[in-house]
Amino acid sequence: MPSLLEASPARPSQLQPFSGPQPTPASSSHSSASSPSAKVLPVALVRPVYAPRESFRLEGIAGWVGREASAWLSCLWLALVAAAALWPQGLAPFSPTDMRVAEILRAPGWEHLLGTDQFGRDVLSLIIHGARQSMLIGLFSVGVGGGLGILFGLCAGYLGRGVDAVVMRLIDMWMAIPPTLLAIIVATALGPSLFHTILAIGVVSVPRYTRVVRGQVLSIRRRPFVDAARSVGTSHLGILVRHIAPHCASPVLVLLTLGVGHAILMGSALSFLGLGVVEERPDWGYLLTEGRSYLTVAWWISTFPGLAITSLLVAINVFGDRLRGRMNPRDRAV
Amino acid sequence: MNYVLKRLSYSLLAIGGAVTLVFFILYWLPGDPAELVAGQEASASTVERVRLQLGTNRPIGQQFVAYLAGLAHGDLGRSFTTKEPVLDRLLAQLSATLGLTLGATLVMVLGGLTLGVTSAVYHRRWVDHLIAGLTLGLTSTPPFWLGILLILTFSVVLHWLPSIGNGSLAQLVLPATSLGLVASGSLARMIRGAILDVRREPFVLTLRAKGLTGRAILLGHVLRNALIPAVTLVGILFGELLAGVAVAETLFARQGLGRLVVEAIGQKDIPMIQGAILFASVFYVIINLLVDLSYARIDPRLRG
Repeated sequence: MPSLLEASPARPSQLQPFSGPQPTPASSSHSSASSPSAKVLPVALVRPVYAPRESFRLEGIAGWVGREASAWLSCLWLALVAAAALWPQGLAPFSPTDMRVAEILRAPGWEHLLGTDQFGRDVLSLIIHGARQSMLIGLFSVGVGGGLGILFGLCAGYLGRGVDAVVMRLIDMWMAIPPTLLAIIVATALGPSLFHTILAIGVVSVPRYTRVVRGQVLSIRRRPFVDAARSVGTSHLGILVRHIAPHCASPVLVLLTLGVGHAILMGSALSFLGLGVVEERPDWGYLLTEGRSYLTVAWWISTFPGLAITSLLVAINVFGDRLRGRMNPRDRAV
Repeated sequence: MNYVLKRLSYSLLAIGGAVTLVFFILYWLPGDPAELVAGQEASASTVERVRLQLGTNRPIGQQFVAYLAGLAHGDLGRSFTTKEPVLDRLLAQLSATLGLTLGATLVMVLGGLTLGVTSAVYHRRWVDHLIAGLTLGLTSTPPFWLGILLILTFSVVLHWLPSIGNGSLAQLVLPATSLGLVASGSLARMIRGAILDVRREPFVLTLRAKGLTGRAILLGHVLRNALIPAVTLVGILFGELLAGVAVAETLFARQGLGRLVVEAIGQKDIPMIQGAILFASVFYVIINLLVDLSYARIDPRLRG
């Protein structure tokens, strides 16, 4: 229904360039609803006001990212980490399993840019090979947690009453255990594997999304524009998808992008405690733990994997802010 | 008052649900605790005897009923490994964890409010950009890494603060800072965003038109409206702090509930894990109950 894509009259500056068929001023249901009454309101008054929506046409990556250096840098960094995740052998100078007794605990230098660990392995290579783990955990657990959480939140907030009560009691139980603690238990119970870590982190992050989405929906659903939409006969699904969801998008997007980082953090905390994926595959959180015992003699073993986690999360967060600016034009200038 | 009672009963229900949930999750823990307790070289009959002693040979339903019956009498069972009553062990560790959590919460709320409000006030000026960079860095930092950096800086290099153990206030500074500072990053971002959102609402224009100063608008009206999402986040972040305690206590070699859980998980000491999770849940549920109750105080529109 492209005809619904209209900007609110109150904010004419956000009118979208419209390339599809011309919008019809009012659909047939509008006119049939207003025609029986003696005093017919001007169509413009009963026309529902829609949330400004960004069209998802590809305007070229350059246009999307904009001119800010920070956005470019974070995209570049994300691309680099993605490359490391996809093809670590091509980027790493050494093999991550290459142990050299003669080169134990070397300080960062020309041969080993970030030094070597207690087994003589190259720290930079370990970090590059650990990227895949973090990326997989971040993306997939947000898919699991965010998908379920948003669905629950929309249903609870909009349907209210019984559904709200049931969903929120469920969420209360879920939330009665601090998420990372629950993830620790679920991950231990399922046994160490990448899939189980993703599942554990995803499942425990559901309440974050549900609560925020529900709160947002509750604050929106009494607003006049929702009544307006209902009065002209928009279906519940239509109201939920076209009016309420877009208003939730801004905080939820922030939450989702933070969620990717959050999942990576949680994953690294699990491996830090030795509960995550401790296989032969290098993992940033686990590298940190290992380096802890050598803190006084070799600061680089713990410092650089931590820097890798932090820099990846900074990039994700900058990217998320950019996305928010794109999704909600009101926030663009912030 | 009615509402408070309703919320309270929901909270009890939530704790009950959480206890049930954890009980059944722990049942699926791989490995037999009896084998771990009996030791590597124990014969099959010894393991069987230990199993009988621990009560893990009974059907899961029966074990659960027995656990609930104990719970109703304030009995959390005995540790599989040390045979001590779980409750005593947990209570002995409670004050250390409570201290750390409160310290971290203090750092989080103070840091978050200060940074968030300041950067909103100096919106789009250099202070704002500086704080934006700082909070971005903080939200992106794993607390245990910040902890390691703090240890490196203040203990290994500067020798200002002790890095391990508990007892003195000085030993609390590094762990509480590493936990609280990280959480304050997200709080500050949320508060700044909420303030800027609220500032765009028409009522702020009305207030300005009526002649209120910017300061009065910010403190009396905008901040109050911006508090709802911030307070929600404080409740959520508090859970993070509770779980972060497990990591911080491991890192800083402190006594406490968090370390107890991590050790108990390694030893498959199920009653101990159960008890510690129950404690954490009660804590967490109380905080989130307070958060929920505060909504109506902050925003009169949500009353009724």
